[in-house]
Amino acid sequence: MSLWEYANPQKFMRLSGILLPWVWTGAMAALSLGLIWGFFFTPDDFRMGSTVKIIYVHVPAALMAINAWLMMLLASLIWLVRRHHVSALAAKAAAPIGLAMTVIALATGAIWGKPMWGAYWAWDPRLTSFLILFVFYLGYIALWQAIDDKDLAADLTSILCLVGSVFALLSRYAVQFWSQGLHQGATFSVDAEENIADVFWLPAVISMAGFVLLFVALVLVNTRSEVQLRRLVALKRWDRIAEEAA
Amino acid sequence: MMPDLGKYAFDVLVAYGLSLGILAVLVVLVVARGRRATRDLALYEQGRKR
Repeated sequence: MSLWEYANPQKFMRLSGILLPWVWTGAMAALSLGLIWGFFFTPDDFRMGSTVKIIYVHVPAALMAINAWLMMLLASLIWLVRRHHVSALAAKAAAPIGLAMTVIALATGAIWGKPMWGAYWAWDPRLTSFLILFVFYLGYIALWQAIDDKDLAADLTSILCLVGSVFALLSRYAVQFWSQGLHQGATFSVDAEENIADVFWLPAVISMAGFVLLFVALVLVNTRSEVQLRRLVALKRWDRIAEEAA
Repeated sequence: MMPDLGKYAFDVLVAYGLSLGILAVLVVLVVARGRRATRDLALYEQGRKR
């Protein structure tokens, strides 16, 4: 058995139909636990006060904004190399979800920035690269909508995705490239010395798991919709050709 | 039950309200689109069989 078997739309629909209830359940459980724990049962930070609670929505959303684009990159590469339609549709399906995550990250970052930095916005390397990523999401979605030939749209959006990946990676590593800027360093690190305090760490990780699972669930549902709509269009076209030939 | 958020209460509540609101709208839109796609395809396929 090979992974590529699931590029077959029928197999993808069958497997995703089985997986979806489990992923939804996991997403809702982890999100509820992480956010309730983080909001109600964690203490204030000695410097940031209660604003530290924003970490449970800001960091997971930012993580998924970047990872959604990287998932789209992987799916786009599979489309460009192997021409599997499900992968192109999965990339298309992930874009609005990644866009929503980017909006949450930008908005909660601005709300957090005002009391901590004294400004909603600063042209900081990480913030700026995130804003560019937001524009790339808009462009990617618009490009899919603008082209009628779906294979050509998949080709062009895949190339756009490759270019945008520079900014997705920059968003993640900008705080390490440039020492200047207001944004703090990485919140989570494998180095225990740099990590956030244990009392914040576990609910934040659970919340991140919730965001990851929610993203997976939404992408699966959206990809299924894309597959079904593609089949509907194909059937209508087939019937029209058959009618004209008759 | 409600934690004391001090002088940053407004900022924290707006951040949570906005995030959960966006997530809720996203889930509703994606699920509704999925149901619509399933229904439209099923209706068309039924029509073809007749």
